[in-house]
Amino acid sequence: MSDEEPADIVHTLPLDDWHRERGARMVPFAGYQMPIQYEGIMPEHLWTRENAGLFDVSHMGQLLLSGDGLDDALEAVLPGDVKGLTEGRQRYSLLLDDNGGILDDLMFSRFPDGIYMVVNGATKWDDIAHLHEALPEEININHLDERALIALQGPKAVDSLQRLAPGVEKLVFMTCGKFDLAGTEAWVSRSGYTGEDGYEISIDAEEAERVADLLCAEPEVKPIGLGARDSLRLEAGLPLYGHDLDTDIDPAIAGLGFAIPKRRRTDGGFPGAATVVKHLAEGAPTKRVGLKLAGRQPAREGAEIYAGDTLVGKVTSGGFSPSLQAPIAMGYIAAAHAATDTALQIDVRGKRLDATVVPMPFVPHRYVRGS
Amino acid sequence: MSIFYTEEHEWIAVEGGSATVGITDYAQAQLGDIVFVELPAAGRELTKGGDAAVVESVKAASDVYSPVTGQVTEANSALEEDPSLVNTAPEGAAWFFKLTLADPAELEGLMDAAQYKAFCDGL
Repeated sequence: MSDEEPADIVHTLPLDDWHRERGARMVPFAGYQMPIQYEGIMPEHLWTRENAGLFDVSHMGQLLLSGDGLDDALEAVLPGDVKGLTEGRQRYSLLLDDNGGILDDLMFSRFPDGIYMVVNGATKWDDIAHLHEALPEEININHLDERALIALQGPKAVDSLQRLAPGVEKLVFMTCGKFDLAGTEAWVSRSGYTGEDGYEISIDAEEAERVADLLCAEPEVKPIGLGARDSLRLEAGLPLYGHDLDTDIDPAIAGLGFAIPKRRRTDGGFPGAATVVKHLAEGAPTKRVGLKLAGRQPAREGAEIYAGDTLVGKVTSGGFSPSLQAPIAMGYIAAAHAATDTALQIDVRGKRLDATVVPMPFVPHRYVRGS
Repeated sequence: MSIFYTEEHEWIAVEGGSATVGITDYAQAQLGDIVFVELPAAGRELTKGGDAAVVESVKAASDVYSPVTGQVTEANSALEEDPSLVNTAPEGAAWFFKLTLADPAELEGLMDAAQYKAFCDGL
């Protein structure tokens, strides 16, 4: 059997020792040593769906933007509704290039001291350079590299976190606030990347070990690796930058139109607006879809998708779903073949596997929404 | 019967001119939960070090190489029904395939159990 060669480099994150002490297998990811798994992807995945999993996502870029004219400036680089974002609310958005191609996807929230943004680890340096280039000088871009980021995900995340940070139970999906977490200030949002209820918790890096210990001492919580993070987000139908999203894909093709509100479609004023708005209005030439495969054999990223003899698309994420105990995939397909229930074939090492277009998420989201 | 091991974590049990091949306990532990195994069909000619099978875990597909050159005589159909056998009985019931040896001299470069254990301890 073969293993991928580990890349050299790499930096360590605040919880590096903590992961190793808990038996994590560490791998290089996005320039950092990261825990891929502890006891195994399958049990970690299922634990998160039933209890609560702690994910170290400190490799992600945390930014605090502030300054006069921030809302207008930010609306010129991303297609979201910044002006309408009130304090304590969070939204999903995208950095776009001049063609509407996706440079990164991100979350941003309004705090009293500015807009707090979380971007992908692998793209954060490019994002920061892009923002410096695109935003006027009056805007401060503070890279919060002294902060750690921990995600607590799963139906029981609320039970454990509210014992340590009373008040977090009052947050609903896509809202945020600052809370006292066992004596340290935590910036907490009720959101995540698993499809489950849960939180993302930003704390001072020096407090990361203490907070991770406290959380994992709660009976509902186990540390979970990147492997299960990937299988959880795939089941939730959430795209992963660098795999399901890149600069060849615009938000309409990616099925992320929900991130572009009506005002922004009407008024434009964001990079690539003409293309994106046209695709949103008239339909994109290709679409991101979910695929369920017959049998047990998974199709992986890069596998070609056929309708009969015609190549109609490509898998961008694929694996075996621990919750469904079946192979699932996400990919891009020519619009004519992208309707739900369309029967297609996926080429895996020369063998054609039967697949069906299905709606995503594969496993229903269980977010706690406001009434 | 003699059992040999490769640096790619396959085992090969040899009896006369035929052999049984599988992956080691170390290999299955590294891969995690096995969800699918693609095996070579009977009659297929394998070459030493060449692709022979594919094991799929939740996250990734990994190639399994043939420790020797030879012709496949049988694939283990039990793995099609229950791939998790590879996790529970990698060096027993979860053998991958049997083949006839083309050149028994190829076995000389492989490790015995003690050598393989030392090799894994060094990883």
